[in-house]
Amino acid sequence: MMHTEAPGATIALTVNGEPRAIPEGSTLADLLGTLQLDPRLIVVEHNREILRDRDAYSTLELVPGDILELVHFVGGG
Amino acid sequence: MTVSSSSGTLDSPATSSHDPADLPFVVGGQQFRSRLMVGTGKYASNAEMVAAIEASGADVVTVAVRRVDLDRSHEEGVLHHLSPERFFLLANTAGCYTADEAMRYARLGRAAGFNDFVKLEVIGDEETLLPDTAGLVEATRTLSAEGFRVMAYTNDDLITALRLEDAGAVAVMPLASPIGSGLGLLNPYAIRTIKHRLSVPIIVDAGVGTASDACLTMEQGVDGILMNTAIAAAREPLRMAAAMQLAVTAGRHAYLAGRMPRREVAVPSSPLAGMLD
Repeated sequence: MMHTEAPGATIALTVNGEPRAIPEGSTLADLLGTLQLDPRLIVVEHNREILRDRDAYSTLELVPGDILELVHFVGGG
Repeated sequence: MTVSSSSGTLDSPATSSHDPADLPFVVGGQQFRSRLMVGTGKYASNAEMVAAIEASGADVVTVAVRRVDLDRSHEEGVLHHLSPERFFLLANTAGCYTADEAMRYARLGRAAGFNDFVKLEVIGDEETLLPDTAGLVEATRTLSAEGFRVMAYTNDDLITALRLEDAGAVAVMPLASPIGSGLGLLNPYAIRTIKHRLSVPIIVDAGVGTASDACLTMEQGVDGILMNTAIAAAREPLRMAAAMQLAVTAGRHAYLAGRMPRREVAVPSSPLAGMLD
């Protein structure tokens, strides 16, 4: 995650419907770290595909145009 | 067993553990303790939500799947407040208007990793929140084939209920009246008919307004009730949660006991013999 602090090129992607720029070469785990999200408490959909293996987050490198949905359980009936 | 609540003032009767005089409450191969299932929405605070759920004695609680608020301007996820070890988290597909959308939410909910149950909703109309029954049957069939255990929220129509069972639903959940309406059990006959004709558990979902509604619903012979607003929107949610637990238990016992026949004439309870001259 240290490299995300370094200046350099960024890529544009969409996270929960909003445009977002992240450092080039970031993994999904890097992004979740930046957002301070506990991977155990959320579910990630990457370009419409649900990622069921949380261990793979650290090897998934995000690329320009990626669309991510980060969801969790909220109160409901 | 006494169900504790955060206030420590609402004692619940010995009803939340399995009653040996009753059949076990099993849905899709999973046995549950309480025939009362509750939602987690619309509470004034998370602390009140947790306390009310504890007072209800429910072990199954429904949750919704939504985007994480990346700005943290809203409340945290429900997992910060409810232990998945203590409660069975039943993900719903509330807010979904097509079969595809509902299936997407169901898959996201399953990926959370707790269980493969889903409370499937495919809503057909914004004003009444009545189900799109065609989409519901379609999504039930597809999700069941994917290994989901589908509990299908539906209206009180027998034919739809039969089709949901045929499509693989492990429970059919007809409404008492529209979601959040609190109008109570509008058609006891329809609910009884569904119960008589289906083999899977029937859990009435939505419409109960107060304890007598819950009791009357259970007296129809259904296997359980799921409610949210009746507790969350009560002036005292904890007290209403405790009342609902009593009502569901009372209604279940009354059903099992078998009510006396209705008569249009009075029949004295005391002997006619032995009266003074």
